[in-house]
Amino acid sequence: MNMDSLTQSNGEWLRASGPEADIVISSRIRLARNLSSFPFTNRATTHQKAEIEQSLKARVEKLDFDPRLEYVNLAAASPLDRQVLVERQLVSRELANSEGPRGVAVAANEIISIMINEEDHIRMQVIRSGFALDDAWQDADRLDDKLEEKVPYAFSEELGYLTACPTNVGTGLRASVMLHLPALVLSKQIEKVFRALQKINLAVRGLYGEGSRASGDFYQISNQVTLGKSETQIINEIRDVIPQIIAYERQARETLTRDNRPQVLDRVKRAFGTLQNAAMMTSEETMDLLSSVRLGVNLHLIDDIDIHGVNELFIHTQPAHLQKLMGKELDSDERNSERARFLRNRLRELDGLN
Amino acid sequence: MQKCERCDSPATIHVTEVLGEGKFEEHHVCEQCYPKYVHDSSDGDSSKTSAAEVASELDEALFPQQACPECGLKFIDFRNNHRLGCARDYQVFRNELMPLLENIHGDTRHIGKTPRRYPQTKLAEAELLQLRQRLKRAVEREDYEEAARVRDQIKTLEEV
Repeated sequence: MNMDSLTQSNGEWLRASGPEADIVISSRIRLARNLSSFPFTNRATTHQKAEIEQSLKARVEKLDFDPRLEYVNLAAASPLDRQVLVERQLVSRELANSEGPRGVAVAANEIISIMINEEDHIRMQVIRSGFALDDAWQDADRLDDKLEEKVPYAFSEELGYLTACPTNVGTGLRASVMLHLPALVLSKQIEKVFRALQKINLAVRGLYGEGSRASGDFYQISNQVTLGKSETQIINEIRDVIPQIIAYERQARETLTRDNRPQVLDRVKRAFGTLQNAAMMTSEETMDLLSSVRLGVNLHLIDDIDIHGVNELFIHTQPAHLQKLMGKELDSDERNSERARFLRNRLRELDGLN
Repeated sequence: MQKCERCDSPATIHVTEVLGEGKFEEHHVCEQCYPKYVHDSSDGDSSKTSAAEVASELDEALFPQQACPECGLKFIDFRNNHRLGCARDYQVFRNELMPLLENIHGDTRHIGKTPRRYPQTKLAEAELLQLRQRLKRAVEREDYEEAARVRDQIKTLEEV
């Protein structure tokens, strides 16, 4: 896999196509699977982990599946390359930072990734732009069937797919939808939405999963229960609640533009102005400002840039992407100046295109 | 239920400290606060270092001591890092895990996908189980149309 060309493109989850893409960034299905003949990753020796990796890598590479998957040996990859994969949501932070033989198979279009020797031996994920959980599930189900032809899974009739953590046992399925909810945050209604979701056993997380903060007003909503419900039931429960949240966000956006138009316009324009002019920019601040700009574009308050352009900036200003694009490792201060310079230049180019 | 003396969780561990001269002191703590309690009570006062010994004895009393013959995991290891060691642990620690699964998922029975390679007979068994559950639920909510449909499906499967 060519990491340099990967860095320059936009990941699937920021393609800004697909249904409801102004609010729903992406839909994701993750399946956890283990090989029946080995202890779980946390209890496996380095030698066993190497065996697991070798056999899975060989099988994944020979898999009769379209799109084709390309394998990245994460133990051999540089920390910067691993971080790029985390920022693109192709690899979990845990896997990137763990030790020992491990890797990921990625489809060139970045819709599919299969992590090897994560908390479970196999963590496969399918990610789709926009609100498309069913499409993502169909791909994941098909991929799982293909892999299972060659790999004996740890499975019990009673408890389903057996996983290292009992919170994943059963279907091993985590279905999640990433939403951009700036108006609900601005109008301070977001907490209300969270409480309602928690009541129906759905989890709310930030951009990069467990424990990460919701920077840029991005929120991931996912199921917590994996046992005692079928895959379709789990997916339907999330799929049914998302349109309500989309409706709340749209309503909040309407109210804002109707009752507080000057304030919202000011916020959007200031955010854009800061991004165009600042000399130092942290990635947190960039996310927050881009979130306001993204809202402004969706509300037709600014037309200097399109959604695709904003999404691209979200990913390219992440620390590892920025360093790859600059072609060198940078410390935190250097990153903040380079990020500001990158934003100034890129916004000028994008403005020229529009 | 008695509350933990350090937080508001229910107290699950009850300690009687022997202070000597026929004096005793009762302590009630939860599992989370227990290590801290042991640490604090063994600090400084040397006559109380026995609390640490009591701790390991209590761990032994609280959790089954057998180790999984396959991966060597003991249940206390799972309590400490929240990860099981191998697929067999689900059988070995069944008694401890089932209440936990009920707690997390509100259920203890998989009704989702089954690996295709799974022997066909087992597949039918699993399907039958699912259908019987559906039948039971249909009857419970007095949906007799659905119940009749499911019963027919069960019959067809059983005849195969």
